[in-house]
Amino acid sequence: MKATSIPLMGRAEEPTLFELSEPGRTAWSFREQALPEWSLEELVPAEHRGDEPVPVAEVSERDLVGHFTRLTHRQYSVDLGAYPLGSCTMKYNPKLCDDAAALPGLANVHPSAPAAMTQGWMELLDDLAEALCRITGMSACTLQPPAGAAGELTGLLLMRAWHEAQGRQRTKVIIPDSAHGTNPASVTLGGYQTVTVPSDDRGCVDLAALRSVLDEDVAGIMLTNPNTLGLFEEEITEIAAAVHDVGGLLYYDGANLNAILGVVRPGDMGFDIVHMNLHKTFAVPHGGGGPGAGPVAVSQRLASFLPGPLPRRGSDGQYQWFTPERSIGRIHSWHGNALALARAWSYILVNGGDGLLRVAEAAVLNANWLRHRLRGVYDIPFDRPNMHEFVASTRSLKKSDGLRALDVAKRLLEEGFHSPTVYFPLIVEEALMIEPTETESLQTLEDLADALERIARSPEDAAEAPRTTPVGRVDEARAARHLIPTWDARPVA
Amino acid sequence: MGHYVPHTDDELARMLAFIGLTSLDELFDAVPQAMRLAGGLDLAPGLSEFETLDEMERLAGRNNACGPDLVCFAGAGAYDHEVPAAVKRLAFRSEFVTAYTPYQPEVAQGVLQTLFEYQTLIARLSGVEVANASLYDGASACVEAVNLAVAATGSQRVLLSQGVHPTWREVVRTFAQGTGHEIVEVPLANGVSDWSHGASDHSESAGAVVVQYPNHLGCIEDLAQARAVADRMGALLVVAFDPVAMGVLKTPGAYGADVVVGEGQPFGTPLSFGGPYLGLFACRMEHVRRLPGRLVGETVDTVGRRAYVTTLRTREQDIRREKASSNVCTNQTLIAVVCAIQLGWLGTGGLRELALRCARATRYTRESLLAIDGVQPAADAPVLREFAVRTPVPAETIVERMADEGFLAGVPLAEEYGGGLLVAATERRTKDEIDRYAGAFEKVIR
Repeated sequence: MKATSIPLMGRAEEPTLFELSEPGRTAWSFREQALPEWSLEELVPAEHRGDEPVPVAEVSERDLVGHFTRLTHRQYSVDLGAYPLGSCTMKYNPKLCDDAAALPGLANVHPSAPAAMTQGWMELLDDLAEALCRITGMSACTLQPPAGAAGELTGLLLMRAWHEAQGRQRTKVIIPDSAHGTNPASVTLGGYQTVTVPSDDRGCVDLAALRSVLDEDVAGIMLTNPNTLGLFEEEITEIAAAVHDVGGLLYYDGANLNAILGVVRPGDMGFDIVHMNLHKTFAVPHGGGGPGAGPVAVSQRLASFLPGPLPRRGSDGQYQWFTPERSIGRIHSWHGNALALARAWSYILVNGGDGLLRVAEAAVLNANWLRHRLRGVYDIPFDRPNMHEFVASTRSLKKSDGLRALDVAKRLLEEGFHSPTVYFPLIVEEALMIEPTETESLQTLEDLADALERIARSPEDAAEAPRTTPVGRVDEARAARHLIPTWDARPVA
Repeated sequence: MGHYVPHTDDELARMLAFIGLTSLDELFDAVPQAMRLAGGLDLAPGLSEFETLDEMERLAGRNNACGPDLVCFAGAGAYDHEVPAAVKRLAFRSEFVTAYTPYQPEVAQGVLQTLFEYQTLIARLSGVEVANASLYDGASACVEAVNLAVAATGSQRVLLSQGVHPTWREVVRTFAQGTGHEIVEVPLANGVSDWSHGASDHSESAGAVVVQYPNHLGCIEDLAQARAVADRMGALLVVAFDPVAMGVLKTPGAYGADVVVGEGQPFGTPLSFGGPYLGLFACRMEHVRRLPGRLVGETVDTVGRRAYVTTLRTREQDIRREKASSNVCTNQTLIAVVCAIQLGWLGTGGLRELALRCARATRYTRESLLAIDGVQPAADAPVLREFAVRTPVPAETIVERMADEGFLAGVPLAEEYGGGLLVAATERRTKDEIDRYAGAFEKVIR
């Protein structure tokens, strides 16, 4: 019998906190301060005073806990089952990392405390930065970016500062048409124009097309390798040489770093700037959409531009903060998502160099096994050895049976699995981007493949899916047309 | 080594055979041999879970964490508030912790509904109609607010009060290198923004006027005046607010703020050495199509049941690509969940009580310090939950010496504020602690 998350999913509608509210009901308690009982009027000048309290909610602790617990029963998660979302690397997150991040000696440290009082944190951050440099083949690393997109923008600002220091103005950044959407958005916010290069018929950057757009206006190129089709850019050496020849820099989008841990390093491919998604590769749990962490590592020639402050061990063994000489400036209020960084460090320690290689090997093996298993069931537009993910398509099934990628996604939810990423990358019609990750066992892969095959073989009722989930297919168009972003914005009945 | 890869040797062999390979190494044949890493990663071998925790505890042990042995009087954007057990327990539930972004709403109603409730709560505290599903931290929310205001007005000129947290201002300047915004800093006079400074410049147009409420020195800014300045320049008013203060202050929306941003850490998130925290972002409904990040909306499913979904998706980077006005993708959902639960626990009455208790502790601490010979107020403007003092010895020295007395005394102020020490007292601080703090303070400045 197969493990399934279905029985756990709450089917009953859950009222909002505001509907559960009853005037005068409370959950709060505070310690006795034994201070003078100055009144609101004594504490706040009349011109600033909010005389009526802001309405929040009024519930008991029991109702509060019941409410949010019932909501968790309406939520899928990695701990419940497989999550083969391409490019998202939804691997199992070891519980050890939760315990590490909850240590009071880490969690209760004030970010403004002087360096002498935060030596443990500074050592941790320095150790992590060093390990990330060794994993990526880079020289220096900032841990401040709180997510991948923030890392991208940091990288682009580094690119800009570097070119300016060379006394040149560059205007364009190249990205492939298979890139994540954050790439072009970051390029715009970095003050550059995006130039898109097409993929060739093998799914990789079209080298001739790239060469045709390379000129003295190009600041650099942003690449994901393996790319979003799960394919390794085999001509990366030639790409790097061509971009470097015009004085451009190579930016590595680390969304797919999981595939190459211990196998090859972006630095050895010729990259100058690398961001990593610690919430993908290094098992920081995704939290329903964050917090993540997006450290940026750079080659030696860019090190002096990194955001500061950075921890540095002095000759006396004590850590001090320093800001690199030509720093672009801070990109986070403090030191980045520190507790997420602590989780990643514990994950690297527990795996070690040997364990991280096993991660990459199993991730790539799982994805290749699944691609082979689904041959003849779905279209596989680029059917050759892939890395950690691959892209399937319902192009033929749509023609023959009307089965769209979206229908497969919704039917798979009924089967107790999360769905793959759909309609991405944009260059594949009816795309199903599948990344099983290394933590799913062969049994799980077999169950997933069986489920996907059942869906393809009996596509008749797929349009009605999902029927076993807490709610049926959600009306997204209505949400946008009649916008209700808060409880207070609901039309009065 | 950790055993998070489940494959047995037999399974590895079977799987390799299934795909026509004989070794794991062949999986990487696409990677040119010349660049392959010889000899593996230069990292120590993996540890057991227990040795890993030992190492993490060793690192943790090298920090002076806040607690009974280091009573916290530091704030400056990171506050030492109580976190009840209910919040800790709920926030660590797997379904919240290990979910992905809710791209499949049918199996993500838990996170989506919680975010909908969070958005409602943040909109109420802000006093404007709509809040997003979170940004990274206060600083990033401030950057996004500036970008929204510039896009809405067409003016890249940004008036940024020096009362805004110094690192937030630095982050705004960092990102302005890419966008090309012109950042004009407005100095403080007696603790609050001096809009008359260089008044002739302020008659020009601007895209945004940014002010913090209460500001970095703890002083309560006059938002009516900031609104008037913004109106004169055709700018949007961006208010960086302290959400805890909304327990007793008028909301920014009540003063006509267009965009309200803030740091949500005080609601349920420990000090955490500065992260992950929570970027609060709210604005008037007229700007909703420029709202950065994710937004959850209410809708129905196929049979008319109430359901929630991320909406106005066409604003977002994955659809607009190079035309996007924000690149935010991953945000801080779990911290937003924590915030919503904590606000639910506080409730209407508890939020007011929290703010009052912070204000009482702060007033008592301030009066106790000002009673010490040589300690002067840095400003006379009214304060709420934080204040700055000038001291006869450098603030850094006081912090260092007070650590030996068992206190994190506060946060030294930068030179731009004329130095001094910034002190915060939350609802956790008792009269006994404050009396001992003041006693030690008097001792260390002698």
